[in-house]
Amino acid sequence: MDSLIPLFIIIPLGIAFLIPLTWRLIPGICRFLPSTGMLALVVIAFFLLFYVGEGVVTYKVGGWEPMDNIPIGIHLVADGLSMMMLIIVNIIGMMAGLFSIPYINKYTGENYYYSLFSLMVAGMNGVVMTGDLFNLFVFLEVSVIASYALVAFGTSKYELEASFKYQVLGGIASLFILFSLAMTYWYTGTLNIADVAQVIRSGSEGSTALFIQLFMVAGFGLKAAMIPFHAWLPDAHSSAPSPISAMLSGVLIKAIGVYAILRLFFTMFNITIEISYVITTIGVLSMVVGVLLAIGQWDMKRLLAYHSISQMGYVMTAAGIAMIIIAKGGETRVAALALAGGLFHMFNHAAFKSLLFLNAGAVEYSTGTRNLKELGGMADLMPITSITSMGASMSISGIPPFNGFFSKLIIIIAAVQGRFYLIALLAVIVSIITLASFMKVQRYVFLDKTRTQKLEDAREVPFLMCLPMIIMAILCLAMSLMLIPGIRDTFLLNAVNTLLSVIS
Amino acid sequence: MKGMTIIVKNVTALLSGLVFLYGCYIVLHGHLTPGGGFAGGIIIAGSFILLVIANGIHYFRLNKEKEESSLFEGAGIFCFLLLAAGGLLLAVPVFFKNLLPVGTPGELFSAGIIPIYNIFIGVEVAAALLSIFLAFVIFKTED
Amino acid sequence: MITYLLCFILFLVGLYGVLTRKNLIKIIIGLSVMEYSLYLFLTLIGYIEGGAAPIIDPSKPASLVVDPLPQAFVLTAIVIGLATTALLLAIAIRLYKKYKTFDIDKINTLKG
Repeated sequence: MDSLIPLFIIIPLGIAFLIPLTWRLIPGICRFLPSTGMLALVVIAFFLLFYVGEGVVTYKVGGWEPMDNIPIGIHLVADGLSMMMLIIVNIIGMMAGLFSIPYINKYTGENYYYSLFSLMVAGMNGVVMTGDLFNLFVFLEVSVIASYALVAFGTSKYELEASFKYQVLGGIASLFILFSLAMTYWYTGTLNIADVAQVIRSGSEGSTALFIQLFMVAGFGLKAAMIPFHAWLPDAHSSAPSPISAMLSGVLIKAIGVYAILRLFFTMFNITIEISYVITTIGVLSMVVGVLLAIGQWDMKRLLAYHSISQMGYVMTAAGIAMIIIAKGGETRVAALALAGGLFHMFNHAAFKSLLFLNAGAVEYSTGTRNLKELGGMADLMPITSITSMGASMSISGIPPFNGFFSKLIIIIAAVQGRFYLIALLAVIVSIITLASFMKVQRYVFLDKTRTQKLEDAREVPFLMCLPMIIMAILCLAMSLMLIPGIRDTFLLNAVNTLLSVIS
Repeated sequence: MKGMTIIVKNVTALLSGLVFLYGCYIVLHGHLTPGGGFAGGIIIAGSFILLVIANGIHYFRLNKEKEESSLFEGAGIFCFLLLAAGGLLLAVPVFFKNLLPVGTPGELFSAGIIPIYNIFIGVEVAAALLSIFLAFVIFKTED
Repeated sequence: MITYLLCFILFLVGLYGVLTRKNLIKIIIGLSVMEYSLYLFLTLIGYIEGGAAPIIDPSKPASLVVDPLPQAFVLTAIVIGLATTALLLAIAIRLYKKYKTFDIDKINTLKG
């Protein structure tokens, strides 16, 4: 049973290395290989989630057992939070993989696309599952380098420029992360996450931990596109091919940005009041500035990219509220509620934001343009795209019964119960402005009847592109069922408890 | 770009074989001396790149070279992954386990499966660096 | 202590290169210099006074050995830096083909 854990790394890596070798012989099967692999991984992830439950299963790579209680190998950790993230990453990966089969047919060099796509998912699986800081850095770099190449895949002017900006900024962020890992090794003498936690908690308080945490916020915050570090996101997410935009905005900024900050800060370090103020400030700024920058956009994917910044701000605000409550010694019940809301919003955002990007990709595939002023009245030409887009827009704006409403409600309730009235008010205002922005998108793209003449012969997209959109729209509705007490315990509360387990 | 003068061409023809041999030595003794797969692989790639630079790009059929080296790269890393996963299936189910017998430290045939990993990594890194170099050169000549 | 200060000065030199230069290739070189300063810092962390190189030689057993873990860390980071630089250079070549210049003031088309 334990030996199923490294399969999450072996299968995508094996597919990534197999595809360039066998592309000439069996191109048809090779196109479906990444999606099939990820389907197998989703099944294994569900199975492991029910098997792990409340506890933690560590898998020691290479069989190196700890000597004198000092871990000397690389550990892969399977607990509630990592299994939940694995499910999300692989489901979105499978959907984007299916969507890209007709979409990438228009580009040359298809075999490199599927290989890089599998590499990116393998890197993200490794980041989510690892229990060792060195391993985190290596898999982070693997997935991020694959995403640099994928953003520049079409080699048009805009994609190359966006990829160059992304690479330089991402390179500097990786340097900050490497520096913080070096300082952690110097301070504690070990690189295993559980061991570092033990050394820091039993040691003396110092400002070294705050120094390390600030560099981690800078490095991982740039990967998660928080507000002072967001400059690469609008260009990279709008110029990339659409399934890659869905993967980048849907899972990459979560798995290597927000997840890494949550895992490292809650597990390894003592939660002090200074760092929780920093995280809450960054979260609130991202929430507000992201949505204000998004209203004035006329390019569909650029608008969606700015909304990604805003929604990730929601998650960081929720995490910051939980950290402030814990640092001040308040009730852990409210902190757990805030953290549950933040994690639930992260999972929901993966579903509806990738659906929105796939819709934008379908519109671009049929009409060849992304400008809101040129599009119009797509609802009668492309019915499936417009229905799923309406569902996703209602979901991101927070309208019941879609999943976005419930996660935003939990965050606002937690903010009010923790007496952060200003943050709750800002969250409600940002949600209203998001609703206004998406009503604009719906009107201009799908409902309004005026459009330019050359778009008259746009048709609905092929079946392989409709199927992921329909499945993800159903997922948007089904995820609001996660609040039913039986299902909630398995999926959501296990994840929250693993983060808070070192405190209470 | 044209090749270099005839002195450089003759000396390179003699030296590149020695550089290749040195790279192979570093790869094989990776568990005894500093080096291992990465450094040895880069030196091996260096010997091929030396030939291309000295003789000029019209001397070889570059597209064929590039496809062959891409094939070596893919095959190398795939065999590495098969070896690592082989520990999962055959022996005690652990990823990356050291299967072959570990001898005394300091001998050439010791440290289990690590020299075989080094060889595959050396092949893969050399082929990857050669592919990158050839991709740049071919792209430049397509003007 | 003075070596760590020199690493930091090297990092600042690289940062100056990335921030103030207009040529694409000079930005890539600045990023590489920043990476090298970090590798130097990482190797210096594992230094122990009077330690020997961490190689097992049965004929000359050494009592004090420097820390080999940061050295393994740096080897991996060097390979990652190689991949990053190769990808940056490939994109710089393609940008030159599209725009016929390396100047970043003229490549600045994505706005808003």
